[in-house]
Amino acid sequence: MNELLLVLPPLIFALGGVVLLMVDLAIPRERKSLTAGMAAVVSAAAALCAILQWGLAGSGFQGMISVDGVALALDALVGVIGVMTIGLSLRYNALRGILRGEFFVLMLFSLSGMALIGHAANLLTIFLAIELLSIPLYVLSGIARPRLDSEESAMKYFLLGAFASGFLVFGMALVYGATGQLSLTGIARTLITSTSVPLLVVGAALMLVGLGFKVAAAPFHMWTPDVYQGAPTTVTAFMSTATKAAGFVALLRVFGVALGDLANVWQPAFAALSALTMMIGNLGALTQINLKRMLAYSSIAHAGYLLMGLAAGGVSGVRGVVFYLPAYAAASLAAFAAMTAAHNGEEDQSISAYAGLSRTRPGWALVMAVAMLSLLGIPPTAGFVGKYMLFQSAIDVGLVPLAVIGVLTSVVSGYYYLRVIVTMYFEAPPEGVAVTKGNRLSLHWVTGAIAAAASIVLGILPAPLINAVTAGVTSIR
Amino acid sequence: MLETNYFVVLAGLLFAIGAVTALTRRNAIMMFMAIELMLNAANLALVAFARQWQQLDGQLFVFFVMTVAASEVAVGLALIVSIFKSRSSTDVDDLHSMKG
Repeated sequence: MNELLLVLPPLIFALGGVVLLMVDLAIPRERKSLTAGMAAVVSAAAALCAILQWGLAGSGFQGMISVDGVALALDALVGVIGVMTIGLSLRYNALRGILRGEFFVLMLFSLSGMALIGHAANLLTIFLAIELLSIPLYVLSGIARPRLDSEESAMKYFLLGAFASGFLVFGMALVYGATGQLSLTGIARTLITSTSVPLLVVGAALMLVGLGFKVAAAPFHMWTPDVYQGAPTTVTAFMSTATKAAGFVALLRVFGVALGDLANVWQPAFAALSALTMMIGNLGALTQINLKRMLAYSSIAHAGYLLMGLAAGGVSGVRGVVFYLPAYAAASLAAFAAMTAAHNGEEDQSISAYAGLSRTRPGWALVMAVAMLSLLGIPPTAGFVGKYMLFQSAIDVGLVPLAVIGVLTSVVSGYYYLRVIVTMYFEAPPEGVAVTKGNRLSLHWVTGAIAAAASIVLGILPAPLINAVTAGVTSIR
Repeated sequence: MLETNYFVVLAGLLFAIGAVTALTRRNAIMMFMAIELMLNAANLALVAFARQWQQLDGQLFVFFVMTVAASEVAVGLALIVSIFKSRSSTDVDDLHSMKG
C-alpha cells in the first residue's frame, strides 16, 4: 500500500482514464462537455496530489519506481497543463466537431505516461512511460479525421515517433549490455567499472537520438512543423508544452541520474545539439507566415535553450530547466489560447489574419502579446527569468560560446515574435470583421487569461517557484 | 557457447537495415515494417546480453517491447487504413499538404 503512494499521481491519471472510458459510454453525444469536466477533475486531482505529496522521496516496486522533487514537479505541471488544455478544448473542439469522449480519455492516458516518466527508476519503466505518452498522442493528432492535415500530422508523428522508439530501445539494449543493469542507479554504480565503454557510448548516443526526437531537438526536429501544424490546435498546445516537459525529464533521468559519471562524454554533445537547435529553430521561424508553424519552430528553439541547461548540468543548470518548463508552458498555452479564440469556426492560421486584433478582440490581443514577450524573454515575464537562469548556468561552467549563441538567437527571435505584436496592434483589421468590445467571461477566456497572468506573475515573483524547484532538484535520486 | 559478440553484430546489422529502409522507403507500410525490424533487433540484443549476464532482466524487457510493438501496430495500421480511405495511397510522398 505504501508503495502505491510513490506513483499516486500517474496512477490517478491512469485509473481516471480507464474509469472515464467506461463512464463516457453512458454520456450522450451532445453532452461530451461532461466527460471533459470529469477529465479536468481527474487531472486537477493528480496535480493537487503531487503538490500535497511535496517533499516525499523514496523508491519501491523492486527499484522500478522512485519519487523525488522533480517527479512531483512534473506531475503537478502536466496536471495543470491537462486542466488548461481541457479548458481550451471545449469551445475549439466543439467548433471543429471533435468534441468526443475519447479525446479526453486519450489525454488522460498520455498524461499518465508523462507523469510516470518522472517516477521511472529503470530503463524499462522509462521506455514504457514514453510509449504510454506517445501512442495516445498519435491518435490525438489524427482525431480530426477525415481532415487531410490532421491525418497527415498523425501519420508523420507516428512514423517518426516509432522510428525514434527504435533508437531508444536499441540504445537501452546496448547500455544494458555494457553494464548488466537496467535500473538507473545500478547503471550509475557500474558505470565506473564497466569494461565496454564503446558499447556504453554508442548506447547513450542512440538513446540521445531517440529522446532528441521526442523533445524536437535539431537535427531530429523535421517532424515538428508538420505535426504541430496539422494537429488540432488544442492537441498542439498539449504536445508542445506537456510532452516537451516530460521529454526533458526523461533526458534528465537517463543522462543525469544513470549516466551522470559519463558527463564529460555527453555534455559536449548536448552543447552542440543545443547550439544547433537554437539556430535551426529561430532561423526556421523567421520565414513562417503561418502562426501555428511559427510556434512550432519556436518550440524547437526553446528545446535548444532547455538543452543548454542540461549541457551545463549541476544544480543550477537542471534548476534552470525545471523552472523554464512551466514558464514556457504558460507562454505557449497563452499563445495557443489566443490563436484558437481569435476566429470562430474554421481557423485561419496565417499571421496576417491577426491584423488589427487589438481593435477587434483587445483582450485576446493582450494575451497573445504577453505570450510573445514571454517567449522572447523580455522582462518582467517568466521567459526572461527562465532564460536568464539557463544562460547563467551555461556561463558558470564555462560554456560562454553557447550562452552567446543563445543570446544572439534570442535577438533574432525578436523579429518574428514582435512581428505578431506589430500585426495585431498597428495593422488595420481585415474588412468585415466584427468588433467585440470586451470579452465575454467564458471558460476559454479565463484559461487564456490565467496562462498569460502566470507568465507575468512568474516573471515578477519567481522566487517561490525557484526555491521549490531548487529543493526538488537537490532531491533527485 | 557462442560468443555474445556474434549476436550483437547481427542485431546491429538488423538495426541498420531497418533504419536505412525506414529512411529510404516511401511506402508507409514498408516504413512501418522496417521500424518493427529495428525493435526486433533491439530484442535480439537484449536477449543476447541477458544470456551474457546470466540474468532474466533483459529477456523480461523483450516481452514489454513486443507488447508495446503490438499496440503500436494497432494504432499505426488504423492510421494507415484511415489515410488510405481518404486518398487511396499509402505513399508518404503524397502527404504534402503542409509546407514551409
